[in-house]
Amino acid sequence: MAYKISDLKTDYQSDWCPGCGNFGILNAIMSALVDLQIDLNKAVIVSGIGCSGKTPHFINVSGIHTLHGRDIPFATGIKLANPELTVIVIGGDGNTYGIGAGHFLNAGRRNVDITCLVFNNGVYGLTKGQASPTLKLGMKTKSLPLPNINEAINPLVVAISCGYTFVARSYAYDVKHLKEIIKQGILHKGLSLIDILQPCPSYNDIHTKEYYEEVVNDSKRIYKLEETGYNGEVKDPNNLEEVQQKLSQAILKAQEWGDRIPVGIFYKISLPTFQDRLRSRYQREINPSKDRIEIDKKPTIDISNLIEKIRVK
Amino acid sequence: MKKINNLTWLIGGPQGMGVDSSAHTFAKTCASIGLYIFGKREYHSNIKGAHSYYPISVSDKPIRSHSDNIDILATFDKLTLELHKNNVVKGGIIILDKELSVELDSTKYVIVPIPFNEIIKEAALKFQKEKEYSKLQIMRNVITVAASLAVLNLDFEYLKRNLQAVFTGRRSKVLEINVFAAKLTFDYVHSNDYVSKSNYELRPIENNENLVLTSGTTATAIGKIVAGCRFQTYYPITPASDESEYLETHPEYGVLVVQTEDEIAAICMAIGASLAGVRSATSTSGPGLSLMTEAQGWAGMNEVPVVIFNYQRGGPSTGLPTRHEQGDLEFSLYGGHSEFPRIVISPGDIEESFYLSIEAFNLAEKYQVPVIFLSDKSIANSIQTVKIFDISKVKIERGKMLSNEELQDLLKTEGKYKRFKITEDGISPRIVLGQGAFWNTGDEHDEVGHICEESNNRTIMFEKRMKKIHTILKEVPDSLKYRLYGPGDAEYTIVSWGSAKGPILDSLEELNKYYKINFLQIILLKPFPANEIKQILSNSKMIIGIEANYSGQLCNLIRKETGINIHKRILKWNGRPFSREEIFKGVIDAINLDQERIICKAGI
Repeated sequence: MAYKISDLKTDYQSDWCPGCGNFGILNAIMSALVDLQIDLNKAVIVSGIGCSGKTPHFINVSGIHTLHGRDIPFATGIKLANPELTVIVIGGDGNTYGIGAGHFLNAGRRNVDITCLVFNNGVYGLTKGQASPTLKLGMKTKSLPLPNINEAINPLVVAISCGYTFVARSYAYDVKHLKEIIKQGILHKGLSLIDILQPCPSYNDIHTKEYYEEVVNDSKRIYKLEETGYNGEVKDPNNLEEVQQKLSQAILKAQEWGDRIPVGIFYKISLPTFQDRLRSRYQREINPSKDRIEIDKKPTIDISNLIEKIRVK
Repeated sequence: MKKINNLTWLIGGPQGMGVDSSAHTFAKTCASIGLYIFGKREYHSNIKGAHSYYPISVSDKPIRSHSDNIDILATFDKLTLELHKNNVVKGGIIILDKELSVELDSTKYVIVPIPFNEIIKEAALKFQKEKEYSKLQIMRNVITVAASLAVLNLDFEYLKRNLQAVFTGRRSKVLEINVFAAKLTFDYVHSNDYVSKSNYELRPIENNENLVLTSGTTATAIGKIVAGCRFQTYYPITPASDESEYLETHPEYGVLVVQTEDEIAAICMAIGASLAGVRSATSTSGPGLSLMTEAQGWAGMNEVPVVIFNYQRGGPSTGLPTRHEQGDLEFSLYGGHSEFPRIVISPGDIEESFYLSIEAFNLAEKYQVPVIFLSDKSIANSIQTVKIFDISKVKIERGKMLSNEELQDLLKTEGKYKRFKITEDGISPRIVLGQGAFWNTGDEHDEVGHICEESNNRTIMFEKRMKKIHTILKEVPDSLKYRLYGPGDAEYTIVSWGSAKGPILDSLEELNKYYKINFLQIILLKPFPANEIKQILSNSKMIIGIEANYSGQLCNLIRKETGINIHKRILKWNGRPFSREEIFKGVIDAINLDQERIICKAGI
C-alpha cells in the first residue's frame, strides 16, 4: 500500500526557529519520497552538522547524522556498500562548501549515484550567524560585527566544473518546485547537487523571504529557468560540441544574481556512474553488502591461489 | 671450516635500481632450498637515486629478525660499500664491481670483484642488444645475486628456477638474457676459485614445514580477504599503501578498494560502508591516523564497527616517512575528545598480522566499536618465512546482528527497533541500512538514536557505551591479550609489543644461558588487561621494557594501569628497528648497569 506524508513523520520534535526555510525543504523531501514511493527500508538520509543536520530525525527512514562536512564521504561509503539504497545527503552551505569543500569537490570525480541537497542560507545558523562561504564580500548580516571580509564561492559553478552530472537550484519556500527538482535529482543516475536558497529568519536579514520573493522591474526576482526556454540537459553525452555548449551555458547562467536569480536545472548529463565503472573493473555487479562472508562462522572465500603465489617451493 | 646455512647477506644500491627485486630473488632462492628467511627493507623517501639496502638473514632454524653483522656484502655501487663495509664481519665476503678502485683489507675480507660491464657487454652481444647497453645496467642486480650464490657454492639450477619464477608475464622476454648473464657470473666466480676462499656455504636441506615467504602488508591484506572485509579505503601513504594496492591488484576477491581525497574521507566512507553491513577498513600511517581522530569518536558514539590499520612510521609530523617507530601507541589509545570505548591491538610479526587482522573485524563487530590495528613499518616491509596460513583455525564472528526475521519478531514484541537499547553487557542488537529504519547521530542520543540532551539519558547512555570495556575484558581470551615466552618462573621479564618481538625472541635463548628471562608480549593494548599483566609482572625481580620510541609508551601505560614500575627501558628512535644483537646487549646492560634508559642506535 502506498505511504503518505503522515507515515513519514517521526515523534521527534523539531527545534528549528519559527519561519525557518528548513520546514519547506523538509516538506519537499517527504513529498518527493511519497511521489516516488521510494522503498522506505531502502532509503537513507545522511546529514552533516548544523540546523540542516537535524533533518533526518524528522523523517521515518534511516537517518545518519554525521560530522561537520563529512556527510558526502559517509554517503559514498553507504551507497558503494549497497547500491540498492537510495541515498539523500543533506548539508548546509558552511558544512558542504566550507569545512567539507574537499569532499564536495572530489565527489564530482566519482559520480556516485547520490543526491546532495544543500540548505544554503549564507550564514552559520547554529553557531549564531557567522558568515558562510556563500555570503558575498562586504555584506553585513545581522550578527556580523563587521562586513564580510571574504568573497563568496559559487557552488553551482564549482559543481559543474568538477563533474557533478546534475546541478540545480531551488528555493525553500517554493515547495512544489523544490519537490520536483528533488524527484529529478533522485531519479538521475549519478551525482546530483541541489543548492537550495533558504532564508534564515534569525541571522540573515539580507536574503530574506521578502528579498527572494520581491518583484523587481515588474518581474519576480526568482524565476524558473524552464519558463525561459533554457534547457540544461545534454542530449548526447558523446557529442563534445553539445557538451561544451551546455557546460558554458550553465556556467554563465549560474553567475546571474541580484535582480534576477534563476532556479531550476542548470546542467544535466548522463555519464557512467562509479557503479558502472566498478562493474567494468570487476567484470561483475559489485554489491559488497550481498557478499556472504561466512557460513557457520567459517570463511567462505578460497585463498589458495593467493597462498600459492607466496608459498615456498 | 665453512659456516653452513647461517648468514646475513646484504645488498645495497641506488633506489630504482632493483635492490628490492634482487633481495627477493636471493631470499626466494634460499627459501627454496629449505632455509628460513628474514629480510628487512630500508629505503629513503625518494623515487630514484638515494641509497636503499636490504639485509637478508638466512638460517636452518626459524629466524625473525635482522642482524647488524653482515657476512656477505653485495654491492654494485661505491656508496653501498662505504656505508656498510664496517659492518662486515672478519672473514666476510665483499662482492663489488671490478672497476671500482677502493682500498679494502684483503686479510680481513674475502673480496670478490665482478666484471659487471664485461658480463653485461657479452650478454648484450649474444642477444644483439648492444644498443640497449645502458638499459641493461639493470642486470647488475641479477649479476650480484648470481655472484653471491656462486660464492656460496649453490648449484646454478636453484637460481635459474627462481629467475624463471620472477621473469614472467611481460618480463618473460628478458628471462633468457638474465639467465645468460647469471650463468656467465657463476662461471666467472667458479673459474677464479672464489668458492674455495669463501667461509660460507649454502646447502639444500630437508624442511618438512609448509612455509610462505611474505611481508606484513601482504599477510594483513590476505587476512582481510579471509575476514570478509569487502570495503577498504585509503589515501596514499608510506608504508601503508602497499596493503591497499595488494587488495586493488586482486579484484577477483571482491574487496572494493576506494582511493579517497584524504584520510578523513577514508575513515568516513569506511564507517558508511559498515553501516550498510559490510566489514570495512581503512589503512594508513601516523599522519593519516591524526586526520581520522574526529570520525573515530563518531564511530565510538554510534557504536559502528570499523577497523583502522595503522602502520606506524617515524614521527611526529612527516617525521621519517619510510622508517620505523612504535610511536603511535599513546595517540591510538587516547586520540579524540572525551571518552568512548575502542580496541587497540598490535601484532608482533607477519604471521600474527594474518590471524589478528581477522580477529580485529570480529572484535569490531562483536563489541560494535572502532578497532585500531597497530602495526608498524618493520612488520609492513619485512619479509619472512612463516608457517602457511591455516584457514581452518579461523572463525568469523559477527556479534549481535539481527536477521530480517529476528527484526520482525522484535518489532512485534517491542513495537519499535532501538539501535541503542540499554542492555546488560552494553551491546545492543544491530541492524544495517536496508533492513529497516534506525538513526545515528554524533550528538548524545536516546535509545532510538535521536538527539537527546536530557541529563539522565546522558548519564545512562554514556555508561552503556563504556560498559563494553568490561565486557571486552571479560570475554576476550588470554591468547588475544598477551603471550608469554620462556620460563614461567623467570627472575627477569622483558615486556614489549609490536615488531620488537622478533629480535627479542631471537635473543631469548642466548640470554637464558646467562639469566632466567622470559618475555611478555602484549597484544591487547586497549582496553588494557591490567589484572593479567599485573599478575605476570608481579613475579619478576626486574622488568625490562623494550620499544622503538623515545619515552617508553608501553612502560608508561603499564605503570598507569597496574601501578607496576618498569625498572629498565631499552629504547630506540633512530628510525631503524632493533637488531637481535642490540636486544641481547641491551638486556645484559639493563641487568648489569645502574642505568634506567638504554638507548640503541644501530642501523644505517
